[in-house]
Amino acid sequence: MITYLEAIREAQRQALENDPRVYIYGQDVGAFGGAFKATKSLAQSFPDRVLDSPISEDAMVGSAIGAALQGMRPIVEMQFADFSTVGFNQIVNQAATMFWRTGLPCPITVRLPSGGTPGSGPFHSQNLEALYAHYPGLILMTPATVEDAYAMLLEAVAIDDPVIFCEHKYLYYHLKADSLPKESLPAGKARVARAGRDATVVTYSAMVHESLAAADELATEGWEIEVIDLRTIKPLDTDTVLASVARTGRILAVGEAWPWGGVTAEILARVAAEGFNLLDAPPMRLNSKDTPVPYHPNLWGTHRPTARSIADSLRVLLRS
Amino acid sequence: MHDMFRLAEVPRPSCTAVEFPETYRRAYRWMLLARVAEEKIASLYRGGKITGGVFLGKGQEAISVATGMALRDGDIFAPLIRDQAGRLAFGESLLDFTLTYLGARSGPMRGRDGNVHRGRPKEGLLPMISHLGAMVSVVNGILMAHRFQKKENTVGAACLGEGATSTGAFHESLNQAAVEKLPLILVITNNQYAYSTPNHRQFACNDLIDKAIGYGVKGHSVDGTDLGACLETIGGAVAAARDGEGPQLVIASNLRLAGHGEHDDAHYISQHLKELQLGRDCLDVAQNHMLTQKWADSSMLDLWLRDSQSLVEEAVAHSLREPAPDPAKEDWCALASRHLQEGNPPQPSHHH
Repeated sequence: MITYLEAIREAQRQALENDPRVYIYGQDVGAFGGAFKATKSLAQSFPDRVLDSPISEDAMVGSAIGAALQGMRPIVEMQFADFSTVGFNQIVNQAATMFWRTGLPCPITVRLPSGGTPGSGPFHSQNLEALYAHYPGLILMTPATVEDAYAMLLEAVAIDDPVIFCEHKYLYYHLKADSLPKESLPAGKARVARAGRDATVVTYSAMVHESLAAADELATEGWEIEVIDLRTIKPLDTDTVLASVARTGRILAVGEAWPWGGVTAEILARVAAEGFNLLDAPPMRLNSKDTPVPYHPNLWGTHRPTARSIADSLRVLLRS
Repeated sequence: MHDMFRLAEVPRPSCTAVEFPETYRRAYRWMLLARVAEEKIASLYRGGKITGGVFLGKGQEAISVATGMALRDGDIFAPLIRDQAGRLAFGESLLDFTLTYLGARSGPMRGRDGNVHRGRPKEGLLPMISHLGAMVSVVNGILMAHRFQKKENTVGAACLGEGATSTGAFHESLNQAAVEKLPLILVITNNQYAYSTPNHRQFACNDLIDKAIGYGVKGHSVDGTDLGACLETIGGAVAAARDGEGPQLVIASNLRLAGHGEHDDAHYISQHLKELQLGRDCLDVAQNHMLTQKWADSSMLDLWLRDSQSLVEEAVAHSLREPAPDPAKEDWCALASRHLQEGNPPQPSHHH
């Protein structure tokens, strides 16, 4: 069995092995192996290419951009997605504009350990995919499975553009698979995680699993719920979403991130604009509450969508 | 590629040693060309021919040219907004300057970015973003890549003003360079004002050079109005970086002899500062020095001025004939991986 976290480590080992241009740069990623051990033992195998950085997110990303311009393929580990805001300027203004301005590709991968876990609180729980997806010039990946964590990270390193790789911390140890995949869907393609005919849930990352659990619950009530795992937030696979809505006539978009202007809003805007006639009911969405992410598990469990709240929303959607 | 717009008879320096007076004369000619070129663009700006801002390096040519001249092929240069002289000395074509300021499609930024934001990163000339301090860590990264790639004896120079020393990016990147012992030369030109903000509202240390010890890097102070001192100091800093002595912080003092941009009349600049040594025009100082030392006479100076003027006139005339970008032919794609570019939202489809 291999966990989601081990898949991320194996993908990095593979990338380092396959390509001498790859190096890993981040706080505590070297001998210590990373705050979550996502780079454990990699520095032993590749001592020159797994480098501890100072606590300097701006300079971490800026230097990765420079190295990428010079032909390297850096992987930057943010200790937590939340801290990437300190490197925000380099990501959105330097990396994301480089190809457009100069015609030179900027192949960097920035790993963001994202999402809530019990007790993590306001500054170790955030989901920033909408923030980065807003900017032209970036690819946004949000793997929900062990297989995707592995295959998409390898793909991220191979892509000639800056990739923001949102890996979910809750899945690190919870999710296990028998083996790593030999092949995978490409970036930009969503996956039907569960087929159904009564309603479509469009979601990504850890919320795929909450949605699948909600679909299990609804199945006991006789409903067949289709669950779409977007895999890549940007580009967004609108075709797969619309094809599903064409089958079910109902859509619930679910995201762990905050609601305002986010991924779920984008999904519903596209469905309303491009598939209005497919809808049998008003489209719905479910996000976390519009407050900072709370520390206490009692509050956190209510702040973000869960299988139960997703099931409740689906019941409303199915009745309307 | 645009060699006719470079001073062909002025070769790139082959070493960092200061070989007076030839090096001094070369430097002066780049400074003069930069001054003439910028005055021309300022004049076009006043005539309404320039879209966007115009930012001049007037008073800053000496430290800038010294930086550009100390670098060689394979080195990295991240200029700031007042580095026209350094850009030319580093090898940027004058045409890149005029095509970009005039918004031509054929310029290096193709109308997608303008004025001082141009660059040719493949040739080691980085295109600055507007966020001060942000280019320094990019230079660091290129130098780290050189280390990975066993590309030896290269250095990278980044230019900032004293205002940029207040940013987090300055701190993070200089510290990063020090930790990695990178051959970075960080040139801070303290021209006394960041836009309108005077130094006493920008920092509280006695002298910016005091920061060097805090970062564990070598510090050099220089009179930014004295070309000879600039050539010597920058030359020494670059040589030290190239010799493996780690990052070098250079603080040059001068006074900005123009507005922040040409939209700014700079009324706030203190008369007192203008009367100090740092208020001197480095171009006048260099000219007088050459005359006094008999390194040049007035007929040579006249000839050099006419050469510069004709180069600038040709470059501007050529650039004015170049077409502007066409939005219908523009490739609206922000990604190198074209298949991953999101299209514009399609029109509503009609499902029945």
